[in-house]
Amino acid sequence: MAVCIAVIAKENYPLYIRSTPMESELKFHYMVHTSLDVVDEKISTMGKALVDQRELYLGLLYPTEDYKMFRKLHNSYTDVMCNPFYNPGDRIQSRAFDSMVTSMMIQVC
Amino acid sequence: MEGLTLSDAEQKYYSDLFSYCDIESTKKVVVNGRVLELFRAAQLPNDVVLQIMELCGATRLGYFGRSQFYIALKLVAVAQSGFPLRVESINTVKDLPLPRFVASKNEQEARHATSYSSDSENQGSYSGVIPPPPGRGQVKKGSVSHDTVQPRTSADQQEPTSPVVSPQQSPPTSPHTWRKHNRHSSGGNNERSLAGPGPFWSPFGEAQSGSSAGDAVWSGHSPPPPQENWVSFADTPPTSTLLTMHPASVQDQTTVRTVASATTANEIRRQSSSYDDPWKITDEQRQYYVNQFKTIQPDLNGFIPGSAAKEFFTKSKLPILELSHIWELSDFDKDGALTLDEFCAAFHLVVARKNGYDLPEKLPESLMPKLIDLEDSADVGDQPGEVGYSGSPAEAPPSKSPSMPSLNQTWPELNQSSEDTAIVHPVPIRMTPSKIHMQEMELKRTGSDHTNPTSPLLVKSSDLSEENKINSSVKFASGNTVADGYSSSDSFTSDPEQIGSNVTRQRSHSGTSPDNTAPPPPPPRPQPSHSRSSSLDMNRSFTVTTGQQQAGVVAQPPAVPPRPQPSQAPGPTVHRPVDADGLMTHTSTSPQQIPEQPNFADFSQFEVFAASNVNEEQDDEAEKHSEVLPVEKASDPASSLRVAKTDSKIEEKTAASVPANVSKGTTPLAPPPKPVRRRLKSEDELRPDVDEHTQKTGVLAAVLASQPSIPRSIGKDKKAIQASIRRNKETNTVLARLNSELQQQLKDVLEERISLEVQLEQLRPFSHL
Repeated sequence: MAVCIAVIAKENYPLYIRSTPMESELKFHYMVHTSLDVVDEKISTMGKALVDQRELYLGLLYPTEDYKMFRKLHNSYTDVMCNPFYNPGDRIQSRAFDSMVTSMMIQVC
Repeated sequence: MEGLTLSDAEQKYYSDLFSYCDIESTKKVVVNGRVLELFRAAQLPNDVVLQIMELCGATRLGYFGRSQFYIALKLVAVAQSGFPLRVESINTVKDLPLPRFVASKNEQEARHATSYSSDSENQGSYSGVIPPPPGRGQVKKGSVSHDTVQPRTSADQQEPTSPVVSPQQSPPTSPHTWRKHNRHSSGGNNERSLAGPGPFWSPFGEAQSGSSAGDAVWSGHSPPPPQENWVSFADTPPTSTLLTMHPASVQDQTTVRTVASATTANEIRRQSSSYDDPWKITDEQRQYYVNQFKTIQPDLNGFIPGSAAKEFFTKSKLPILELSHIWELSDFDKDGALTLDEFCAAFHLVVARKNGYDLPEKLPESLMPKLIDLEDSADVGDQPGEVGYSGSPAEAPPSKSPSMPSLNQTWPELNQSSEDTAIVHPVPIRMTPSKIHMQEMELKRTGSDHTNPTSPLLVKSSDLSEENKINSSVKFASGNTVADGYSSSDSFTSDPEQIGSNVTRQRSHSGTSPDNTAPPPPPPRPQPSHSRSSSLDMNRSFTVTTGQQQAGVVAQPPAVPPRPQPSQAPGPTVHRPVDADGLMTHTSTSPQQIPEQPNFADFSQFEVFAASNVNEEQDDEAEKHSEVLPVEKASDPASSLRVAKTDSKIEEKTAASVPANVSKGTTPLAPPPKPVRRRLKSEDELRPDVDEHTQKTGVLAAVLASQPSIPRSIGKDKKAIQASIRRNKETNTVLARLNSELQQQLKDVLEERISLEVQLEQLRPFSHL
């Protein structure tokens, strides 16, 4: 059930964001940022223990529950990165990436 | 506007042109720029063009819709035919030849003409720098034959396809040739009028080939070109607007690229034979690509890195977004580098795009690596990637076969590797306690002295076994272990509880029938690592004592196992010196009692033993024994236990056994006081005694055994009571120590268990993955 898929850059701006037909992009954008805050929080507090890392992932939910989805997303993302014409930091405009994301959102919704 | 009636040929031709102009695939409105180019190519005076535009309504509307476009085209034809431009002329002029659009390159036209000569219908490529002589006419023969004569049109010829067949006589009706990729010589192409990749190649022309294959992009284009060819081929499309590709890089072929030149290249291109596939790369194109590849990467089997490719394709002046898309399509194996085939595909796409063709969403089959005509069969890089794509490889022409086998080869390798990786996963071998016990038992049985990770457990089990030795059940148990493995081990269990139960059993046994037990010699125990075990000693002791009942008896409580020396050795040593008499050196108990006890013990024991002859001997030996004891005690941390054991032993032993024990003992001293003797013996036994448990149990047994003697002592003498009290205290101490030791062992076992469980947990995730 991917309602919204977003790829956020290191500088906390979105490289790519897409949401289901609701198109409440702004709302999702905020949610994405808050979830990032949660992640940051976990990273900062947790620290080194292996167990913590595991817990962190559990906290992220997606990687464990939707492992395949995340993997697909990541693969597509790496493909985009491999493109020499892509400047890191640009919005992701790859059609292939778009189509993959769309398929993912449709598939699970 | 009046209704416009078009002949079939005109219809087709116009639709082709419309498609050509419709670079945005809107199918409704054409781009003004294109239209203007087209009109310019018609070689009409500007004012005429303007007039046409006005007439068709485009100026009014501001854009060229299909109808406007068609009208405009018609008017062009009218104008070219020399008729005055009138709105009504579009329908009134009969047999109007198709509008002609001129290509810039003459050579192209020439080539075109030659190439199309084969066409049955005239191949009329329209292009033509020089409008064909009016007489040409016949352009349409039948369906649409265009004069091939038409020189190649320059630059944008648009839509090639339509064969335009215009029956009009005027040659100019020759369809404008869009450079299409020539070819198509055979008639019937479907129009795919590719607007030609114009720039360099006309190859893109496939329009003709019309093979239905084709991208969706092309799909909407003009209806199947009339048969003929129309070949617009313009070879070198000098579309200036379109091309401007890589001017720098293509120096050689610049001609191709640049609008102005490129004749040679065009020629090459031209030769392209008929296409069946709009995206097919012709030989000359391919050659061109290969040459370009070489400029970047001399090794045809090598890769062009992404950065170099980026620079190269950036010269084409296509927008980065489109280049990015082209890259995505052409980098088949997603490795960030282009092989020759990938490069050719990318180049081809760039050319197509430059010529106005829209980029497909998916790489066309003909451009897929390996499918492309392989002159150089080095598609190693692409093979793995292509495997995934499937489909197209099957269509690969035989020339690709070399690559296929390699593909197949790599595939099985991949499979194998994957299988290997799949197969190879750590299979944790669990050492369950029961299993461990079984192993221990087996070890004991076999006497093999192999280290076992569970050695501690082994030791423990050995302890258990030792304990059991006392009981007849021990034999049974050990037998079970051998026979049953698990089941027997289960009976043993490594649980401390069981140990305790064994102990209790033993106690009970000893309490009830001290004499009965003739514990079988304990099986040899390996556990070299066990701190508390001294297997050698045990073996020795057991072997020595095997023959004798007392030995058995003695062995039974196998005396207190030599405690971890460091911890307890000091204790006894401390105590021993204190003991002057040293008869009874309690490690933990008050040493002062020792000297006294023997006396008491002697008495009591004498009385107890009354019948034993040993007493006499013991008296003699007592002193010696006492002397020896300290020495012996030194090695035995559990002297108190020994004491207790000696007590028990005294009880259990017979007179006959005493001397034997004594003799057995390292000290020649006759056990003066029985306790002493016992101690001595216990020492002997204790020394080799590995098992604390057994010793402890022995101690306990001894303690318990000694209980019965108490009443007698009481009856005898107050001192005896006191002695018994002392003994009890000793026993208490001994028991306390035993308890502490057992607790310690319990902790150790639990720790081991935890560590094993942790290991199990660590291994488990691997098995899950």
